[in-house]
Amino acid sequence: MTLAQTQPLVPVLTANWGQERSWKLDSYVAQGGYAALRQALGRTPADVMAEVKDAQLRGRGGAGFPTGLKWSFVPQDNPNPKYLVVNGDESEPGTCKDIPLLMASPHTLVEGVIISSYAIGAHTAFIYIRGEVLHPIRRVRQAVEEAYAAGYLGSDILGSGFDLDVIVHAGAGAYICGEETALLNSLEGRRGQPRLRPPFPAVAGLYASPTVINNVESIASVPSIIARGKDWFTAMGTEKSKGFTIYSLSGHVAHPGQYEAPLGLTMARLLELAGGVRAGHQLKFFTPGGSSTPILTAEHLDTALDYEGLAQVGTMLGTKAMQVFDETTSVVRTTLRWVEFYKHESCGKCTPCREGTWWLVQLLHKLEAGQGQDGDVDKLLSVCDSITGKTFCTLAEGAVACVTSAVRHFRSEFEIGYTTPAWEHLPYAASALFPIESEGGRA
Amino acid sequence: MSDAQTEPKAAPDGQNTPDGPITDQTLAELRQLADRYPEPRSALLPMLHLIQSVEGRVSSRGVEVCADLLGLTAAQVAGVATFYTMYKRRPAGRHHIGVCTTALCAVMGGDEVLRAVQDKLGLEPEQTTADGLFSLERLECNAACDFAPVMMVDWEFMDNMTPAQAEALLDDLAADRPVQSTRGATITSWRQAERVLAGFSDGLADEGPSAGPSSLRGVELARQSGWTADAFQPPPSAATASAEPAPTSQGASK
Repeated sequence: MTLAQTQPLVPVLTANWGQERSWKLDSYVAQGGYAALRQALGRTPADVMAEVKDAQLRGRGGAGFPTGLKWSFVPQDNPNPKYLVVNGDESEPGTCKDIPLLMASPHTLVEGVIISSYAIGAHTAFIYIRGEVLHPIRRVRQAVEEAYAAGYLGSDILGSGFDLDVIVHAGAGAYICGEETALLNSLEGRRGQPRLRPPFPAVAGLYASPTVINNVESIASVPSIIARGKDWFTAMGTEKSKGFTIYSLSGHVAHPGQYEAPLGLTMARLLELAGGVRAGHQLKFFTPGGSSTPILTAEHLDTALDYEGLAQVGTMLGTKAMQVFDETTSVVRTTLRWVEFYKHESCGKCTPCREGTWWLVQLLHKLEAGQGQDGDVDKLLSVCDSITGKTFCTLAEGAVACVTSAVRHFRSEFEIGYTTPAWEHLPYAASALFPIESEGGRA
Repeated sequence: MSDAQTEPKAAPDGQNTPDGPITDQTLAELRQLADRYPEPRSALLPMLHLIQSVEGRVSSRGVEVCADLLGLTAAQVAGVATFYTMYKRRPAGRHHIGVCTTALCAVMGGDEVLRAVQDKLGLEPEQTTADGLFSLERLECNAACDFAPVMMVDWEFMDNMTPAQAEALLDDLAADRPVQSTRGATITSWRQAERVLAGFSDGLADEGPSAGPSSLRGVELARQSGWTADAFQPPPSAATASAEPAPTSQGASK
């Protein structure tokens, strides 16, 4: 038995979530909080950066880019101020890990922000949180105030000579702001539309100054790496996917929730921990990392849920958001809803995305209603082909991925839409968690 | 944007803003927000949240006030205000109700919750009741998928909703009975929520639980089973070793 088998779950970031008033400074300090900050401030910034780099922490917000490497791209000889921006715009369908962290343990993030800012030489940091989550924003704001009062923020932090100000910024409803350059535009008070790269944010980001943008979970992982060391961190995970992460299970499982585990466990094991698919039902398909990652089916249950394992089966770890759907679910319906999401959230900058997602919705609406025409499935794929690779950012790639992967696995179900409404083929009431009297399509 | 050109500049927005126009205190608070950032324009999103909290929407007057304070054109500010879904150009209700109908919530019953809310209020999404009590929005994913189907009231979580629970909730809100978010504070109003989002505390951060039951599922299971990340602590010799993986990692590697 390996450690990963005997310790399938390893609460680190989630460890204190159930503690009494876990969001308060005194509770966090009582659990050993801010000890890592003291350690970090006793080391050089370069040393702190090296520790994170050697821990091989990879971005937890979707792309999986090595965090320490991203930090090292910041030109330290650039005369402009350096900025750290935390991406808390969690909006990818299925993704629900950062918001509970912000609510239950905002100090984990704040401590990570201070250590990370110290490493890259930033004296101003921003925590950008999507606007539609009032209570987590309250908790983070309060945590920042508590940290100032305790001397963890402000000038000459803990007598180290290091200064840092943190600004908590609420968004205003736009999935696209999770894309890092769109987030920067939003933070500058503009429409959240992506920028062309290069220049990359590390060189010219916020206010055209060197900027590091990291996901909430990535930054929150930093204090544990500093406190317990890279060897502890790299002892978890797989060859190229080191450490632990929060997997989010939702949908038709017995116990949906947050499961923090070493990277690389299988979906079969994760499902087992979640009590399996809801009683009396079987798995039909799941997303491995949010709706933007191509869906998988039962044949992929033994795939390692890490960056490489999922790439090998043509999908991505993404945000590690496993949305599980059982055999009652119409894949035509879910695909339509996802594509409606992308259509709604397209920022409109790139024509293939703005117009293409609109056309995908038209076609999928017809297929859902059983009014498709022979050849519509090929037309769907053709529209996808007109979108992919032709846009500034990856929003459109997500829209395309959920369509093409669904058609790949369930083509015949889309073709049924030439003659039969999806809600007749697979009555929607069977998928809901509570009894539904009437049936039929959406009102 | 067309009304930005036709409405008189200084006029309040009449009956659409029963709580009155933007006051000197509002202006002072808007300036305060601009001062929080290295570049004042960064405050535009919070400023628009604050405008909504006093106007009940973002009016053309609100757009112009922000533009004046930041040295922008009204068109630049309107371009931002119309980009983000949380900014309402038409008056929102005292309570703003959102029901998620993105794929997972829809499948789990979100469509039925939305239908129940629509029937109860006699509203389509993006509309406000005649008495100004409720406005309704069909939400895209609100990052609470492990609590599906999800509903939001004034941007507070209402987890694991059913149509019956949603109807009862609306009754309570209409009767001004206290309503507690399942993972948040006592419901106040959409305007107060917008004020908090802008950056002004309402002192409610300590209300509510640390986390919901689903958020704690993994950590509880680990506690009951005695699973811990401490098990991965490398032996003392490894801590000072080079980049060589700790012995324990070999088992975890494939």
